[in-house]
Amino acid sequence: MTTGHVLMGLLAQGDRHGYDLKRAHDDQFPRARPLAFGQVYATLERLEKRGHAVPAQVERVDGPDRVVYHLTDEGREELHRWLDEIEPPSPFESNPLAIKATLALLVADTSTARSFLQRQRASHLDAMRRHTAVKTDPAASLTEILAADHAIAHLDADLRWLDTALERITALAKEIRP
Amino acid sequence: MTVPAPRSVPATAPPDGAVLEARSLVYSYGGTPALRGVSVRLSRSEILAVTGPSGSGKSTLMLCLAGLLVPDAGEVRFDGRTVSAEPDAARTRLRRTRFGVLFQFGQLVPELTAIENVAIPLLLGGVKRSAANTAATNWLERFGVADVARSRPPEMSGGQAQRVAAARAMVTEPEVLFADEPTGALDALSGEQVLTQMVRVAREAGTSVVLITHDAKVAAYGDRELVVRDGMLDGEVSSRWAPNVRPRRSPPCSAWP
Repeated sequence: MTTGHVLMGLLAQGDRHGYDLKRAHDDQFPRARPLAFGQVYATLERLEKRGHAVPAQVERVDGPDRVVYHLTDEGREELHRWLDEIEPPSPFESNPLAIKATLALLVADTSTARSFLQRQRASHLDAMRRHTAVKTDPAASLTEILAADHAIAHLDADLRWLDTALERITALAKEIRP
Repeated sequence: MTVPAPRSVPATAPPDGAVLEARSLVYSYGGTPALRGVSVRLSRSEILAVTGPSGSGKSTLMLCLAGLLVPDAGEVRFDGRTVSAEPDAARTRLRRTRFGVLFQFGQLVPELTAIENVAIPLLLGGVKRSAANTAATNWLERFGVADVARSRPPEMSGGQAQRVAAARAMVTEPEVLFADEPTGALDALSGEQVLTQMVRVAREAGTSVVLITHDAKVAAYGDRELVVRDGMLDGEVSSRWAPNVRPRRSPPCSAWP
């Protein structure tokens, strides 16, 4: 995924100038890092060079002139090619949570590891509760609900792993000291 | 049924005033321990999620709290009464009038319409049929299933049937609703609808909820989580109302007031 593809996705919904694109991005993806203006303009220049977007008109308001961009047919084609490509699964090997839990078991004893996992579970469930509150709010938009669903599903994967880890440690502790 | 008994705790009671409390519950199924000293405090209007792997004892805990099982040791208190020491008939009456129970599936009478199903607890309590039907219709509306009021369970989707069952569990305006895996048999979106509506309706009615589940996504609808593992509490997730309250493993029985 590149910023260019994201901006093309936003332009596919209608012509926009740079400032508008930044705002639309930050509104639609509130959990993503906000786009910097410099990054938006540099990306638009790159899209123009590649023929994926062209300046359509100049908007004159009180402030500076604003160039409104239009997605070209080539741009639309590239956008659809990209949308058609599946994303690789997130790299789970380097998850700091899994590394820390493993080290807690290796370095400390099972009761320390259990306590770590329990507190971690509490923290994850707190986060899940906040996302659940967001998505069950009757005023939630589809964008907010989708973002909350995504966060909840990822937290749930971690929680299930934490539970299995706790089960394994409980079973191990019982073996050692029934 | 007549006018609901006045709530014993005045409206000015602190929000963490316990509506239901259990101390040091022990229960065995023919020598196999299911609960090994569990203590729980359920606050008024609180939604408490009880989670744990299958076989952890969470359903046994719910059955003890709801008075369906009598613990081998320990006590369950509700409204100044020691429920666990009362005879069957008294506990049955308590469940019918002041508790609501919602299970995973198979609770509706297939031959009866949604209205008739929801009206059952009121009719059992002696309410006249017309009044019971009016109340039933009102609760079906609150759960967003008024459109199936005259349908029978086999004609409903799983989510609709479960919302009808939830309406029936709430029709007596219970002080505590026990829900054991209420969305276990539903797809994600239907389950979400059932939970969202159940939580909203319970909050409006001031009903406390004990939500039993193995699923963290369901537990996230609660204000607080208790994890049961191997018949004991495993740790308690922070609460909106009662933070930093650590469950006590086996407090002495003399701790009772």
